Amino acid sequence: MSTTTADDFHGAHAHDHHDADHKPGFFARWFMSTNHKDIGTLYLIFAIIAGVIGGAISGLMRYELREPGIQFLQLWAQYSDGSGATIDQAYHLWNVLITAHGLIMVFFMVMPAIIGGFGNWFVPIMIGAPDMAFPRMNNISFWLLIPAFLLLLGSTFVPGGTGNGAGVGWTVYAPLSTSGSAGPAVDMAILSLHIAGASSILGAVNFITTIFNMRAPGMTLHKMPLFVWSVLVTAFLLLLALPVLAAAITMLLTDRNFGTVFYDAAGGGDPVLYQHLFWFFGHPEVYIMILPGFGIVSQIVSTFSRKPVFGYLGMAYAMVAIGVVGFIVWAHHMFTTGMTANVKMYFTAATMVIAVPTGVKIFSWVATMWGGSLSFKTPMIWALGFIFMFTVGGVTGVVLANGGIDDNLHDTYYVVAHFHYVLSLGAVFSLFAGFYYWFPKMSGRMYSEFLGQLHFWVFFLGVNILFFPMHFLGMSGMQRRVPDYTDALAYWNGIATHGYEIMAVGVGIWFVNIIYTFVAGKKAEGNPWGEGATTLEWTLSSPPPYHQFETLPVIDDNGHH
Amino acid sequence: MTSLTKSRPGNRRTALIAGLIALAMLGLGFASVPLYRLFCQVTGFGGTTQRATAEEAQVASQTVQSGTRQLSIRFDSNTANGLPWDFYPEKRTVTVGVGGKSMAIFIAKNHSDKPVKGRAVFNVTPEAAGSYFTKIECFCFTEQTLKPGQEVRMPVLFYVDKKILDDKDNKDVEEITLSYTFYPVEKPGDDS
Repeated sequence: MSTTTADDFHGAHAHDHHDADHKPGFFARWFMSTNHKDIGTLYLIFAIIAGVIGGAISGLMRYELREPGIQFLQLWAQYSDGSGATIDQAYHLWNVLITAHGLIMVFFMVMPAIIGGFGNWFVPIMIGAPDMAFPRMNNISFWLLIPAFLLLLGSTFVPGGTGNGAGVGWTVYAPLSTSGSAGPAVDMAILSLHIAGASSILGAVNFITTIFNMRAPGMTLHKMPLFVWSVLVTAFLLLLALPVLAAAITMLLTDRNFGTVFYDAAGGGDPVLYQHLFWFFGHPEVYIMILPGFGIVSQIVSTFSRKPVFGYLGMAYAMVAIGVVGFIVWAHHMFTTGMTANVKMYFTAATMVIAVPTGVKIFSWVATMWGGSLSFKTPMIWALGFIFMFTVGGVTGVVLANGGIDDNLHDTYYVVAHFHYVLSLGAVFSLFAGFYYWFPKMSGRMYSEFLGQLHFWVFFLGVNILFFPMHFLGMSGMQRRVPDYTDALAYWNGIATHGYEIMAVGVGIWFVNIIYTFVAGKKAEGNPWGEGATTLEWTLSSPPPYHQFETLPVIDDNGHH
Repeated sequence: MTSLTKSRPGNRRTALIAGLIALAMLGLGFASVPLYRLFCQVTGFGGTTQRATAEEAQVASQTVQSGTRQLSIRFDSNTANGLPWDFYPEKRTVTVGVGGKSMAIFIAKNHSDKPVKGRAVFNVTPEAAGSYFTKIECFCFTEQTLKPGQEVRMPVLFYVDKKILDDKDNKDVEEITLSYTFYPVEKPGDDS
């Protein structure tokens, strides 16, 4: 499979390949890392820490929502606003919690894990490259995330209007975020988004360069594994969407601090413009979070069906189509800002069009399994869970795409249920699937199959009990972003909180499994999954050598995805 | 590892192009402010009203026949926090034929002891009517300064373009509300 080539890489590598596994000392290895696998590991560790914090915040919220009325919020507000916190400060704390949960999960959990973590680890290996195109820039991308995260966490302790912390929602809508939130908390949160955005843009540039220029001989674009395709499309979405967010929130900053009036009607500005800009970024952002998940699931379904993925080109270009169309549907988040019927009709129709390439993907996964030699190992059942849950979330998405229905459901728990089904049950399931699929490769040890399956079933039950009742709550009119509700909604809220508890147990099982793997896990072979695993990472040892592909692999012509 | 990058001059090129794309999108983000304003003015998006000269109004009203559809125009007036003015329309509603010119008078009074400068922001609802509601003259086109205790009568000269009759989005519209909000031009506590 590997043949010596006259490629430049070989010459460049000749100096230090006397030991492909030579690693620098601890500090140099982890703090000044330029190795894509080490940086990927750092990203994954960071994402797990952020995910635990973001998940704990949602636990606080579910605890408060278990019963109608305000039980704990005012008590907790005393920790951030001092004793004698008013009920308004308690409500502000609620806004701080929803803001922190949203921003942490989007920018500091899903994105670092799925792009920074798995993308860094496996994109270079899957295309047969020795590393990312710009290893030092890769290092900067990761280390920018740390100050960004600290800024966001730190904003909780400084004034943000009614109380401490940035209570503006992850959307940071003006005028709440401009004239409505005095104090440095919102400035810190905005700066945090700037830095996290810069980190992601650098990462995107790196991925695009790597995928375009550093593929091994014979690895044409149309032979790349679908995970690489998904990261390529995602990188372009990042490149096109994040700068617009940067512009939008920079104008928020100047409105807040330098007297500009971009979003201030008093000076001829328009707060709705902010919403347009935000969602021009925000809608592609949701595809940024889910597309790499599509890629991971494609690899896994193919591996455990022992078949190449059905309709490879259709799968790749479906992702391209989702990415392109994702840029022209943003105002479906703004149906209630007073649009004319024609505008609503356009955004309704355009949004529904996305169901077509998404359907192509779902049916191609099913067709891949059809007639395949299926084995239901842990990664596979997570991938199947993903397909099922994402379909449920996709269907409620089609419901919400209707401008007329959205008038009724906008800002209710129905929306909360919808986007948690596609993200908390979609993106997160794909993350766990990818984790179990690649953890033996990354760590060199096998996890416990029993604990992995147990983790799936407990987590699966938990999140469904947690989020499915939210459909009923939303249709009954329960508003999102409000810590209180009428007594009539108490039953399903109680159930949902129990669902959270079950889910938390599931996460606990996962941690036990990780510890088990490191303490007692069997050594993993180079390819623990058998003949279905055809991508290049399985041709290497587990874990891969510190510098892989001393001689570049040459990809032959007989189909390789 | 830098030797890797050096060995691939194409990498720099690709990264540069990608960086330029990001910069272009950043520019587009900022450019969206004037573009959005232009878009609203041209299409009447968000209930943005149109402007016309007296001659254009003349042309527009020439072909108006008697017995055309009548529209009720409501006037709404608000003042923002921090503006010590009374501001109200002389009449709450007028009825006009489509295409016919009409005038409304708004009255503003400064009841503070300082001269205050204000600027009016406006739009119409339903928003779909924005592209047909045309102003020939309006106090809202300029800033207004009122001396202490001064009261002014401010005219708005407008007509509803008869093209509205051909627009099926507006076929059920019987009433258009023209809303003004006066804001202080210098924010209180602002030193500038």
